[in-house]
Amino acid sequence: MRLIAEKLGASRGGGLVFTGLSFAMNASEALVVSGPNGVGKSTLLRVLAGLLSSTEGAVRLEGGSGEALSAQCHYLGVQNAMKPVLSVSENLLFWQTFTGSSKLTVDEALAAVGLPSIGSTPFAYLSTGQKRRVAIARLLVSYRPIWLLDEPTSGLDTRAEAIFSGLLHGHLAKGGIAIAATHLPLGLVGAKELRMHAL
Amino acid sequence: MTALILRDLKLAWRAGGGALTGVIFFLAVIAVVPFGVGPDLKLLAHIGPAIIWIGALLATLLGLDRLFQVDREDGSLDVILLRGDFLSLVGTCFIKCLAHWTATCLPLVVTAPSLGLFMNMDADAIVAVTLTLLVGTPALAFIGAVGAALAVSLPRGGLLISVLVLPLAIPVLIFGVSATLGAIEDPAPFTAPFLILAALTLFFAVLGPIASAAALRISTD
Repeated sequence: MRLIAEKLGASRGGGLVFTGLSFAMNASEALVVSGPNGVGKSTLLRVLAGLLSSTEGAVRLEGGSGEALSAQCHYLGVQNAMKPVLSVSENLLFWQTFTGSSKLTVDEALAAVGLPSIGSTPFAYLSTGQKRRVAIARLLVSYRPIWLLDEPTSGLDTRAEAIFSGLLHGHLAKGGIAIAATHLPLGLVGAKELRMHAL
Repeated sequence: MTALILRDLKLAWRAGGGALTGVIFFLAVIAVVPFGVGPDLKLLAHIGPAIIWIGALLATLLGLDRLFQVDREDGSLDVILLRGDFLSLVGTCFIKCLAHWTATCLPLVVTAPSLGLFMNMDADAIVAVTLTLLVGTPALAFIGAVGAALAVSLPRGGLLISVLVLPLAIPVLIFGVSATLGAIEDPAPFTAPFLILAALTLFFAVLGPIASAAALRISTD
């Protein structure tokens, strides 16, 4: 599987955010997108996910299962995409049935993010870091080869960062692709880096 | 898809879900009418079907702004939109409308018979108004979804949705009320307006999800 972005450009609110951005990624590769605030890191991730249309260029996926690119992406945005009144398990179970299943059950995914006994708690009662960990568990309960991560480790403590780094390595080892926009080091060995500059 | 219906119904009935807001508003509207119109029982029975239909229409408009907005605020809408092609998004919108109707409009239909008593309506009229509401309110939900999808990125979009949706909802109101009157007043026909009402529901069941899916696509930023 190969993810290729060719001369990608996007605008937001009428103004051009970035232009002429190209990169290609093979299976088991990670890309860390960095750069100052407002340079278009989140916009780039939303364009890749198909949530925002690009003003120029294109994103292509070669190989893989032949499904649409957006149907093969996990998008972990700034928000956690969880309902506060539902319990943690109810939230994860819904996403599992809605976005497709994986080998992991909800309980196993929660154990993998280091929150084994939290399933019946309403999502609203969790701390910021716990909420983020549950959001990361969403990536585990249904399998999608491409992970688009927007500030994935915001709010996580050092132990949770290490857990997340391990999960990310596991995903890459299974032939996945990960693209992360972040300011914090993700502990990735051999990740490519894309430094974005203001226009 | 069943998962989405179940989740939306669960959310509507849990704390802050607002499933009963519409019913309570409906009750409030119908309960004050006899006080405003006065104790003329004949007049109340005559305007009853129209008042119940107007109350149901307004109560439906009340909950519409949350249809897609709650999902947008917590980021769920992004993940829902990731499903890929346009057709599956149309399906998702259809399911959202169905869940919205079950959670907020079906309770209105269920409470309509008891509210008919407030309006001094006889048994035939109550049956007729409940039946027309059952057939007609899905159309209101499907039309409303288009407005809700268009205004999804506006923080206070409720009023705008009402203004957008109301012109399209007028035919549903007209044929709903005339079918009800047709069932209780002799020379007026029942079948023709009732079939048109059913046709409106079917028409908007197709058009509504397509239009709201298109609106959601352009409103993501």
